[in-house]
Amino acid sequence: MVSNRFYQLKTINHQLPSTAMHYVSPLRPPLVTGAKTYHDVTHDIARHVENPPNVRWLAALVVSLLFVGIFMYSLYRTLWFGIGEWGLNKTVDWGWDITNFVWWVGIGHAGTLISAVLLLFRQKWRSSINRAAEAMTIFAVICAAMFPVIHMGRPWLALWFLPFQNTYGPLWVNFNSPLLWDVFAISTYFSVSLVFWYLGLIPDFATIRDRATGPIAKYAYAFLSFGWTGSAKHWSRYEYVSLILAGISTPLVLSVHTIVSMDFATSVIPGWHTTIFPPYFVAGAIFSGFAMVLTLMIVTRETFKLKDYITLEHIESMNIIITVTGSIVGVAYITEFFIAWYSQVPAEQYCFINRATGPYWWAYASMMTCNVVSPQLFWFRSLRRNVIFTFILSIFVNIGMWFERFVIIVTSLHRDYLPSSWVMYSPTYVEVGIFVGTMGIFMTLFLLFAKFFPVINMFEVKTILKSSSMPGVFVDEQGYALGHGGSHGNAVPAQHAVGPTAGAGAYHAPDATSH
Amino acid sequence: MQETIKYWKGYEELEQHPEFVQHAHNEFPEFLPLAEKNEDGGTSRRDFLKLMGFGLGAATLASCEAPVRKAIPWLNKPETVDPTISNFYASTYFTGNEYVAVLVKNRDGRPIKVEGNPMSPVTKGGTSARAQASILSLYDEGRARGPMQGGKAADWKTVDAAIRQQLAAAGGKTVALVTGTIISPTTKKAIAEFAARYPSFRHVMYDANSASALLKANGGVVPGYDFSKADVVVSIGADFLGAWISPVEYSWHWAQKRKLKRENPEMSRLFQFEPLLSLTGANADVRAAVKPSQLPAVAAALYGAVVGGGGGASINKTADSAIARAAEELKGARGRALVVCGTNDLASQTLVADLNRALGAEGATIGAPSYVRQGDDAAMLALIQQMNAGQVGAVLVAGCNPAYDHPQAAEFKAGLGQVGLKVSFADRLDETAKLCDFLTPDAHYLESWNDFEPRRGSLSLSQPVITPLFDTRQFPESLLHWAGNNTSYYDYLRTAWAGINWDQAVHDGVVEGGAGLLTVTAQTNPMSAAAALSAAGQGAGSGTELVIYESVQIGFGGIEANNPWLQELPDPISKNTWENYLAVPRALAKTVGVEQGDYVSVTANGKSITLPVLLQPGMEANTVAVAMGYGRTAAGKVGDNAGANAYPLVSVSDGGLIFGATGVKIAKADKKRTELAQTQTHHTIMDRLVVQESTLSKYRENRNEVTEYEKLATADGPQPPSRVSLWQDYAYNNHHWGMVIDLNSCIGCSACTVACQAENNVAVVGRQEVVNRREMSWLRIDRYYTAVDHEAKDYTTMEDAADQPQVVFQPLMCQHCNHAPCETVCPVLATTHSTEGLNQMTYNRCVGTKYCANNCPYKVRRFNWFSYTDDDRFATANAHMRSDLGRMVLNPDVTVRARGVMEKCSMCVQRIQLGKLDAKKEKRRPKDGEIVTACAQACPTEAILFGDMADPESRITKVLNEQHRERAFHVLEELNVQPNITYLTKIRNGEVMDSIIKKDAGKKQPA
Repeated sequence: MVSNRFYQLKTINHQLPSTAMHYVSPLRPPLVTGAKTYHDVTHDIARHVENPPNVRWLAALVVSLLFVGIFMYSLYRTLWFGIGEWGLNKTVDWGWDITNFVWWVGIGHAGTLISAVLLLFRQKWRSSINRAAEAMTIFAVICAAMFPVIHMGRPWLALWFLPFQNTYGPLWVNFNSPLLWDVFAISTYFSVSLVFWYLGLIPDFATIRDRATGPIAKYAYAFLSFGWTGSAKHWSRYEYVSLILAGISTPLVLSVHTIVSMDFATSVIPGWHTTIFPPYFVAGAIFSGFAMVLTLMIVTRETFKLKDYITLEHIESMNIIITVTGSIVGVAYITEFFIAWYSQVPAEQYCFINRATGPYWWAYASMMTCNVVSPQLFWFRSLRRNVIFTFILSIFVNIGMWFERFVIIVTSLHRDYLPSSWVMYSPTYVEVGIFVGTMGIFMTLFLLFAKFFPVINMFEVKTILKSSSMPGVFVDEQGYALGHGGSHGNAVPAQHAVGPTAGAGAYHAPDATSH
Repeated sequence: MQETIKYWKGYEELEQHPEFVQHAHNEFPEFLPLAEKNEDGGTSRRDFLKLMGFGLGAATLASCEAPVRKAIPWLNKPETVDPTISNFYASTYFTGNEYVAVLVKNRDGRPIKVEGNPMSPVTKGGTSARAQASILSLYDEGRARGPMQGGKAADWKTVDAAIRQQLAAAGGKTVALVTGTIISPTTKKAIAEFAARYPSFRHVMYDANSASALLKANGGVVPGYDFSKADVVVSIGADFLGAWISPVEYSWHWAQKRKLKRENPEMSRLFQFEPLLSLTGANADVRAAVKPSQLPAVAAALYGAVVGGGGGASINKTADSAIARAAEELKGARGRALVVCGTNDLASQTLVADLNRALGAEGATIGAPSYVRQGDDAAMLALIQQMNAGQVGAVLVAGCNPAYDHPQAAEFKAGLGQVGLKVSFADRLDETAKLCDFLTPDAHYLESWNDFEPRRGSLSLSQPVITPLFDTRQFPESLLHWAGNNTSYYDYLRTAWAGINWDQAVHDGVVEGGAGLLTVTAQTNPMSAAAALSAAGQGAGSGTELVIYESVQIGFGGIEANNPWLQELPDPISKNTWENYLAVPRALAKTVGVEQGDYVSVTANGKSITLPVLLQPGMEANTVAVAMGYGRTAAGKVGDNAGANAYPLVSVSDGGLIFGATGVKIAKADKKRTELAQTQTHHTIMDRLVVQESTLSKYRENRNEVTEYEKLATADGPQPPSRVSLWQDYAYNNHHWGMVIDLNSCIGCSACTVACQAENNVAVVGRQEVVNRREMSWLRIDRYYTAVDHEAKDYTTMEDAADQPQVVFQPLMCQHCNHAPCETVCPVLATTHSTEGLNQMTYNRCVGTKYCANNCPYKVRRFNWFSYTDDDRFATANAHMRSDLGRMVLNPDVTVRARGVMEKCSMCVQRIQLGKLDAKKEKRRPKDGEIVTACAQACPTEAILFGDMADPESRITKVLNEQHRERAFHVLEELNVQPNITYLTKIRNGEVMDSIIKKDAGKKQPA
């Protein structure tokens, strides 16, 4: 698909009359603002990799590492003494651990959705956010995958989840168990996402390699870029592979959370045993994933001064998706209640009444407020385009989605069938430490990524520069053109931009797309 | 002569340089810097390599070494002992509290389990929680290792000599032997021999939960109550199923009248009048809560209504109607009626004894008298006075602990100071022994020879099943030694039993039909009925009243306080563990301004104790209750400071003890609220179909309608859940094990819970972990409070129990579902279905995802959150899996589970396997009843029936066929998990309760 687009671009270039002096009104608000040239793009993005780290980044890294320290201590207590260090008990055997697991997996959804599904749907606005979103996916899945391992009583036997040949005779895994499906779903998702992400990084690594001045950077990025030369053959293969991976990833977006939801849906516990879970979980995952992308991108665009690449258009588009998925989730919540009533199963009915009015009502109320009520505010365009409001709301959604998983897991378990076993559950500091610790791991990885990897997909942004950039037109916060910049009207910016200074590709290949 | 030829290697040698001469004898005479120390004194390369190699090797080897556990093989193996085969020896459990004839399972020379002795005419093969747990007391770390003098270890020779000398020096002063009840004829003989040697000797028996008044009113014996012959039973504050006198015996009797026959169904009816909700009250058909001070009035009213002579004081509405009804039914059941009374009040006991005579109980519902209580309150009180007056020269204390368990412990302690010689026979340095000059520890009953006569003419024996673990000596043997008789107690016993077939007696453990060997002294001062009537008719006490009761787990005297199995055994009613508490009715708590877990100080008789509040339904509105036996200070690591000692609050009046007080003050104590370690915190059934009950009249009307069966809506109309299935059923071609639990016979006594713990090496987790809701018991007894009026309520109000609820018990263990939800979700196939219907756990394979526990609708799976065997935090509570001594109790047939592994009821798969193998050796099928699970074997009422459901001739198959669509039901049948455990609907004989309650409005308080 990408190649087609490039082809079209080139065609357009050829068709442009040299005497073009007319103004073309943009059909859509531009995706890159600030009259960027190809060189500007390379420079704006690569300079963060090339310059020494700034103080804010270092401070953030130190804080994140502190959280990693908390994680290590909590993990030590868990592994040394056992998961009795947590607040779980005879009735509630999953608590924060699986809540966090599902939460992180959900967050890990946006990356693939943006890179694969939006790619297939030719949503070009994804170009400036897909890199970071995919990175977020990888890191979130890393955080998520830790929980199923450390929540085990004997994590050193985690390899028994794998259907490997063994010397124990007929021992084999249980293919009926949703936990086993999880293993396959998540490992597949992780591998494909990782490959997809890395593949997209290769041309940009090459750009950085070519700009690198220090020997270590040169060597490292040369290694990372796998000898990318930007030849037409490389590009051709790149296009094919990314198309295939997008095709593979797309069903994974649906499958991972569908399967995660089956951990609950296939059980007999009221509140878990629900056929609505797969679509509801997928919508919720996209919901939380986009919220997390927003949280991170808003911070990144502020700190790295990338407002021209991650524009209000991007934020608004993602806010619309949040509103849609938030509403789907809201409908699902209401449907659950309806079905509980309709089923006439006393345990089921009690489960939902208990959710809303029982001892954990506050968790349910937080979930409803954050997930169902708050995204509805995005019906107002001014709020959709308000960066600070969006940031706050994205945090709200993340909190709300965490509570959703907590509500599903804990409120269903703590009062299930036999009242004699009903209990309360609250986490210990070790559990809390592990959760904030994974946030530390996530932030550490993301900060390292932001420093050493290009946070925005340079070459893809360059492809939309001609079609969706507003050369010489200054755009206000609402995306409307304010007037013309430059003295000689609307010359085609590309022609100015292409040149030996425009970046790595310039002396490797004549192909404009390598810029 | 040949010329000497000189060979030389270099000019240095040839010329004999001084440097060469110096090095000539070295291995390498050339100067090699490698071989020796550097000039600067550092280590050479070679040395460095050597040292590093050695160091690395040593470190590696050291880290490879596993802890060495020594197993010492037999030098000469006894013929009857085989390492894998258990031997059973008949013995007798009696610690003063209760009598149980037992069989002791011995394995590799160590006793590991106690079972009931089915040959016993007294206990009929039943056991109690305490008898089950007594095996652990044998391996108690807190036991004394040998004789002690002045708190320091001594040897028997010195101690004996010193004691003999001091006894002789006692002169004319009294030599007092203070004991609990002694039912051993031969021990009494030894005491008599000792008494003959010391003329000023006195033997004082007292019971830490006294039955003195009962004995006085009945000529020094406990009447031989036989509940199996009584159709109408009235109990006035007697918890005969839980803790009163001989609960195992009474439970079996009682169950005989509660097991429902299909044809001509008959049941006894039990009226219970009591101030607190006891286990018996929980099983009563009609129950009325009355103040403790009103219990005599109940006796008087009942006496008045049955025999005549007044006594018509009104108590409360429910009680008055219940008394009227009870009197009517008693009169209609002469010869088939029985009245029992648990108060230590002579007037009430006199009236009850008279009442029983009037009802013709003697010879019908009252048989041969029982000797298991002989304590005399007045004698003990008198002794304490004498001690303080300096008239006592020596005090020997055996089988009791008066410095702790006597209401006048303070006076006793003061009196001890006046006594010349103080000897304790306790098995440990307990509260009394600490104040004594000598501790001459008695052996554990499993290390002892002895005889017992719990009931006139019914004898039983105890025999040692292990060499004494410590340097202990049986208490009667010590007495004989000091009396100058040096025969061993075994020989002494043999002589005493000369006329009886000894081998048969040792084999059976019990001898029946003799004339009886024991003599008891009748306590004097009986009361006339008229005097009793006027005394009992006096009005109730004012203000808040206190009851000090005996708990089912710990019993009286705190003898078993250091037993972690019993400490962690939930109270059958409150489900609390590890401490006692003040049971307070909800309304009263509100008045005082306290909530559950708040500490209060309870002041009675000028003394006060501090303990937490537990809101307890079923209490009389202005009564609080506390269990005795807790709050010990010298029991051992487990029992010390578990709860508070309630004995100081016992009232002493008129030469008797009243286990309670009136005019009690309760004030909030300045102590942070605690969370009580209850294993069940939700007490109502929430209008769900979990446990089913009905009434006898409904059963008589139509026994097909006493149980409700859920149906599922399908396209073909409502269908039973088993018709709606996606599952393929298993074929059971060989065996199909299952259980039937009769809720009618289950009284909630919890013997099964401890039996399961002992059989299956279930860990004890300690108080904090119970608070964290992580107790490990595989078999729990759910207790639900139900209200008589089943009106639809909203969920919030449903959560509160009625103030005077009915109670239902439901033993719950793994239901061994045929469509088990746990089996499908285990990712590693650690829990699977056996070809015989068992849901089995493969501990080795378990990785601990806990998904199975989440998906278990019955929540019976238990997870090893910690390494209970070697985590220091469990060193005290779980000592029996940790210390070499404690580990002797472990059942070698059952794996001790590691950390991170799920466990649950295995239906005693080790017993099933053993039974099958035994049958296979004899080339036959296992016989029905040959294989019994630990819970079924322990049950004193035979409420649990285990068997092969694939065998058409087995009892379980017959019961299931008979009860199909009648009383048989599965818990949560609508889930169609198809359990192999079937319950039989509880049938109450309590229609009258409804009518009584309906008359008595306002039973429920606003939430």
